[in-house]
Amino acid sequence: MTKRKFGLGLSLMLAAGTMLAACGSDEDTSNGETGGGEGGEETSDFSVAMVTDVGGVDDKSFNQSAWEGLQQFGKDNGLEKGDGGYDYLQSASDADYNTNLNNLIRRDFDVVFGIGFLMEGAVAEIAEQQPEAQIAIIDAVVDAPNVASVLFKEQEGAFLAGVAAALMSETKKIGFVGGMEIPVIERFEAGFLAGVAAVDESVEVDVQYTGAFDKAELGKTTANRMYSAGADIIFHAAGGTGNGVFTEAKERKESNPEANIWVIGVDSDQYDEGQTGDANVTLTSVLKRVDTAVINISEQAMAGEFPGGETVTYGLSDDGVDLADSRGAIPEDVMAKIEEFKQQVINGDIEVPETVE
Amino acid sequence: MSNRATNLLVPIISVILGLLVGAVIMLVSGYDPLKGYAALWNGIFGDLYTIGETIRQITPYLLAGLAVAFAFRSGLFNIGVEGQLIVGWFAAAYVGVAVELPKIIHLPLAILAAAAAGALWGFVPGLLKAKFRVHEVIVTIMMNYVALHVTNALIRTVSDGGDRTGNIYASASLRSEFLQNLTEFSRLHFGIIIALVMVGVMWIILEKTTLGFELKAVGFNQNASQYAGMNVNKNIILAMVISGAFAGLGGAMEALGTFEYVSSKGGFTGIGFDGIAVALLGMNTPLGVIFGATLFGSLKYGALNMPNAAGIPIEIVEIVIAVIIFFVASGYIIRLLLLRASAKKKEAK
Repeated sequence: MTKRKFGLGLSLMLAAGTMLAACGSDEDTSNGETGGGEGGEETSDFSVAMVTDVGGVDDKSFNQSAWEGLQQFGKDNGLEKGDGGYDYLQSASDADYNTNLNNLIRRDFDVVFGIGFLMEGAVAEIAEQQPEAQIAIIDAVVDAPNVASVLFKEQEGAFLAGVAAALMSETKKIGFVGGMEIPVIERFEAGFLAGVAAVDESVEVDVQYTGAFDKAELGKTTANRMYSAGADIIFHAAGGTGNGVFTEAKERKESNPEANIWVIGVDSDQYDEGQTGDANVTLTSVLKRVDTAVINISEQAMAGEFPGGETVTYGLSDDGVDLADSRGAIPEDVMAKIEEFKQQVINGDIEVPETVE
Repeated sequence: MSNRATNLLVPIISVILGLLVGAVIMLVSGYDPLKGYAALWNGIFGDLYTIGETIRQITPYLLAGLAVAFAFRSGLFNIGVEGQLIVGWFAAAYVGVAVELPKIIHLPLAILAAAAAGALWGFVPGLLKAKFRVHEVIVTIMMNYVALHVTNALIRTVSDGGDRTGNIYASASLRSEFLQNLTEFSRLHFGIIIALVMVGVMWIILEKTTLGFELKAVGFNQNASQYAGMNVNKNIILAMVISGAFAGLGGAMEALGTFEYVSSKGGFTGIGFDGIAVALLGMNTPLGVIFGATLFGSLKYGALNMPNAAGIPIEIVEIVIAVIIFFVASGYIIRLLLLRASAKKKEAK
């Protein structure tokens, strides 16, 4: 009997744990409801929606960025949140992608976005079953006439981050914390390594993958090891895991305000993440403008030019990736050098590799 | 109050209580509970598509629940269902993409591969428990992590550095045009039949065979079983192997039915852990597992429709669903209260 009760308690804990794990704060989702309405006088009958991957709409990363893009698009075109306007659905597990995509298509949204490479399989399947639907997928390529695939040249943004890190490092030791070892993150790694090497071959880069995008505690311990080993700048491409990198850096900065400790953020401008008291540990962030891409595709679709069957790639030259404003953390002369490299990448003088050799 | 009446009343009262508390949570957060529950209902039974998807969701829960329940009946607490399910998922998908064979060979082969992989993952903790008395809870929890990361590494290897395998050949798929057309393109597949057959298999093993008798005896009292001449160690290993095989089959449902591929995972699927709750809700009996899996699967799947149709944020929905399951699981408390109430009545008389 005691064993059964123990079992019941344990199972409840585990069940609650797996359910609560998917929960998050709700602060950003409510913004959308006030966004509509007052946007513009002329309203169209165009509607657009998106499905998040398991990260959720407030992941401070590409899901959130996509949703912000959608809200912006809705505001510009006088759409309201809900049917016939713009909306989103969150996925709690991989099995939910099909259902969520289907639900939105059944609600007659003109374009449905699948955010993230995780949805590749689901988008391919639904696209075949619903040939009339227009679907766009971010970070993956699906070869179907009614699917627009959106890719980013993450390596170009990461390249600039590598240049910045190599120029700013005093210990000549730098860290890279990746999420899962998947092509997208490897593009970040490859670009970052290339950027560091372009400035100074002798700078050491410690590359660590944590294997997860939602394990802040792993990010913290990894960052702890790196900083303790002498690294002074860490670039993370690890979503929620990267929040742990920020925590570790902020703790070190708090205990020693003179410490030369920096983090380079990813996807969106993570300046706010790095704020601790009056100091800030965010050197800069590699921006991936998912919002721009979402708005562009939506506008094209509204004009009747949905790029179905095409793969659209956003890089440095069309502002799809970039470095965020460092707000003075990077001095002028270094910025000038970074700008030089940026122009070389845009001109094609420097070809940034997509994979690590 | 008769025992039978109590048995019937307990689940009904718990479900109603759960729904009520869930409604209060929705009201307090400023959402319409009627609309919410209507969306939940439609999300489960709304049309043929949702019914098909609900059954699809129930299928792996059934097998995960069976796996936990079977080990439990033998006195073992198999928390490793999650890991056994993941290796089964990988094994089935690998067989599905690696070779192309006639369906009559390919499909059973993929299913057997999954069961074998799960069984192997159950064998290790069984062996350690039998030979060295290492507690199976510790070993199975650790084996979960091993399974997660080993399959992730294997997926990278077989897909040349990618994050998912290709789709399995149609000859290994559990899906069928017939079921898809019947349910408006839902992902319903024939796995539900396998799962239900396995419910029968478990019942037969436990109730109709010597093996089952011995397993249950070991579950009740190891010393007594040994005194009666049973080989306790052999039974412990067998129980874990069979339990693992059930879990591996659960993985095959995902590999050959729901997804038709396997992709590298950042975390656990949760199905194996939910399986523990499914088994305990069902009192570790085969029929009870059907009840538990149906409840879990329906609620989990139907919940997706609450943000979609009623505009309730997914966070609130998850709390509501958790509350309902919580109340169903606390049937023990309600049973206790009912017994107290009837005992008092008797005293008063």
